[in-house]
Amino acid sequence: MIDLVAFIPRAIQQGIPLLFGSTGETITEKSGNLNLGIPGVMYVGGICGVIGSFNYEQACGGNLNGFLAIFIPIICSLVGSLLMGLLYCFLTVSLRANQNVTGLAMTTFGVGIGNFFGGSLIKLAGADVPSIALTKTSKFFKTALPGAASTGWFGKIFLSYGFLAYTAVIIALVTSYIFKHTRMGLHLRSVGESPATADAAGINVTKYKYFSTCLGCMIAGLGGLYYVMDYASGVWSNDTFGDRGWLAIALVIFSIWKPDWGILASFLFGGLYILYLYIPTGMDHMEVKELYKMLPYIVTMVVLVITSMRNKRENQPPESLGTNYFREER
Amino acid sequence: MSENAVSFKNVTKTFGELKAINNVSLDVKKGEILSLLGENGSGKTTLMNMLSGIYFPDAGHIFINGKEEVIRSPKDAFDLGIGMVHQHFKLIDVLTTTENIVLGLKGKLNLKEAEKKIMSIAEKYGFDIDPNKKVYDMSVSEKQTVEIVKVLFRGADILILDEPTAVLTPQETEKLFKVMRNMKKDGKSIIIITHKLNEVKEISDRVAILRKGEFIGMMITAESDEQQMTDMMVGHSVKLNIERKEPQDSKPRIEVKNLSVKDSQGVYKIKDVSFTAESGEVLGIAGISGCGQKELLEAIAGLEKIDSGDVLFTEDNGTKTSLKGKSPRAVSDLGISLSFVPEDRLGMGLVGNMSLVGNMMLRSYRKGASPFVDRKAPRKLAEKVVTDLDVMTPSVDTPVRRLSGGNVQKVLLGREIATKPKVLMTAYAVRGLDINSSYTIYDLINKEKESGTAVIFVGEDLDVLLQISDRILVLCDGEVSGIVDGRKADKNTVGLMMTKKGGENNE
Repeated sequence: MIDLVAFIPRAIQQGIPLLFGSTGETITEKSGNLNLGIPGVMYVGGICGVIGSFNYEQACGGNLNGFLAIFIPIICSLVGSLLMGLLYCFLTVSLRANQNVTGLAMTTFGVGIGNFFGGSLIKLAGADVPSIALTKTSKFFKTALPGAASTGWFGKIFLSYGFLAYTAVIIALVTSYIFKHTRMGLHLRSVGESPATADAAGINVTKYKYFSTCLGCMIAGLGGLYYVMDYASGVWSNDTFGDRGWLAIALVIFSIWKPDWGILASFLFGGLYILYLYIPTGMDHMEVKELYKMLPYIVTMVVLVITSMRNKRENQPPESLGTNYFREER
Repeated sequence: MSENAVSFKNVTKTFGELKAINNVSLDVKKGEILSLLGENGSGKTTLMNMLSGIYFPDAGHIFINGKEEVIRSPKDAFDLGIGMVHQHFKLIDVLTTTENIVLGLKGKLNLKEAEKKIMSIAEKYGFDIDPNKKVYDMSVSEKQTVEIVKVLFRGADILILDEPTAVLTPQETEKLFKVMRNMKKDGKSIIIITHKLNEVKEISDRVAILRKGEFIGMMITAESDEQQMTDMMVGHSVKLNIERKEPQDSKPRIEVKNLSVKDSQGVYKIKDVSFTAESGEVLGIAGISGCGQKELLEAIAGLEKIDSGDVLFTEDNGTKTSLKGKSPRAVSDLGISLSFVPEDRLGMGLVGNMSLVGNMMLRSYRKGASPFVDRKAPRKLAEKVVTDLDVMTPSVDTPVRRLSGGNVQKVLLGREIATKPKVLMTAYAVRGLDINSSYTIYDLINKEKESGTAVIFVGEDLDVLLQISDRILVLCDGEVSGIVDGRKADKNTVGLMMTKKGGENNE
């Protein structure tokens, strides 16, 4: 049997980057923008945080100020992913480029940027292994809540995470509240459903699209930062982020565009993602592990089939998702 | 204070080369209902869009309540108390009535309070409205109600209704007119865009007429008749009668026997429908939109799977063939032609991005033995259709998408008629067309009938159905409520039959 007290925290840590990514992408998609650049954005969010903290660590030579050690990487990460968001919006909203192509290009672009700067930093650091370790900064990010160690299984499951993990959950809950109960949420949903209608109702479609896509990118970028600073303990090496960005996009569908469902869904995905490590297969049957790794994707496909079969209008993607709005087109 | 709610002074708007609105000056008085009449492309909607902030005029001035205003966006229009109900409803399907109505407003979101205000508006003017219903569950007339209440909710004093009756049954239209009269009593100014002259007569105080972007004249409704209005609108005399000749030498052409069709969810779309369409006659099909007309035609054309029942086609020599299970191609090879004009006009039948010639080829590309298509014959056909039916197009190589609605329909019908069909099925052939084009289409249909074609004509406008059809089949919810003689039936009976299933309680 799996040791749940050990497994659940691991699953949640695995799920947090996905939660950041999927909340960000949900906000974006609610405005009708299908940003397939999320994997690239998260990658950029990660490397920008690394660049910031690398420079800070170098500058003050080991005596880190706790506040700045957290503040600088976060700001760098937010700025990096904001720039990616602005680029995406400029291309798709202002220039009306195809969203799918732009998104895919952004992913390639983001990963390229990440690897370029990652490689350069590794060269600068002059380490023997192809990675940079920012363990000092990471310590601040990983600080658990007080009482995590002293309250047994409760502390392990609920209190043992860094502050970014709690931030992710709070962001998801707040987003969900905004969607349901505020005018801003109502307007954002209407922009994604039918921009022409929103426009006729006097809602600034361009503003909403820019705002939500950029905000979504910034939130997703934090996922990349969490991955490096907390999950990977401050160790950056190129291409280890893997397919988490795509998984975050799949999560949006899985949680049928509901950020509060996304919290549990991302923990579930996190669990499925690492399940293979906990299933004893023996050394003879490594191929079985590969099958387990498919689980998150299979679950997403099943959910897609089920939601489209049930055919409830509320559970469908925003109607104008993936299309650009041009007022004078008739 | 001026007594004019709206004044246009020398307003001009150009789209590219085209002068959509040319130097128009026009007043709307306070507390009046003004009809805006004009053919397709005469600029009615464009003019109104400038009032509601969707377009911005290139030149000229707009005065609201006597004061010159600049309307740059729909929001500016709301602020001035101008509200427009568009022809295509601007509602969000997944939201409720209330949510749709408060969309775009400022301040804290308080749905309970909004609901109260909606109910009080509904009571004041006599609307039927359910504040918690989702738009995707609504009928067309319910959606329209939401649109109108939305405009009133924002405190609009000037309402613009763009072809509000095009999609309503006679009973629903009556209800709408009642509400409009209540609003007028309340001092609101209403501008209604419509093609239907009888409605203009019934509801409006004055009529403004536009032709090709120019203001032609203003008439007091009570002092003018339909013939005068049409003549002004078209610019020359038009005969307003549809020539209906007695059917000659009628023989059963299509026999539909106990036909049933289910949709993908297993719900009956057509249930136990039987009728005969004869050669040389027009069989009208009446019904509220979406109660099986489309499925019925598609089942005959082989596009929809027949669940039970049969469709028999009688050839000239008397042999009967069952169309059940035949492919659409086999059906059309027998000479059964379907010209279906869907709501978006393109869609079925024509490819928007292809030229006229290309669209003609859709029917003819299979002809000939060589692997190369023949481009000459379709080009000739396209040119013939353009000259015969007076299609306004720069050339036969223009994409169909760029033509106006009436011209698209002419191209579609022209192509279908050119194949010399034995059965011509047409649905909504004049949807959204102005009077002149409509009558061209009616003429075409009557000519087809005279040449011995069996015509099945699905229509929305009961007046027209009654004028053109020899017999009318009335559908309600996929079932036949009855078949009436087009020469004897009257509008109210047919209207009632449309709402009563199977024709029961129809004494």
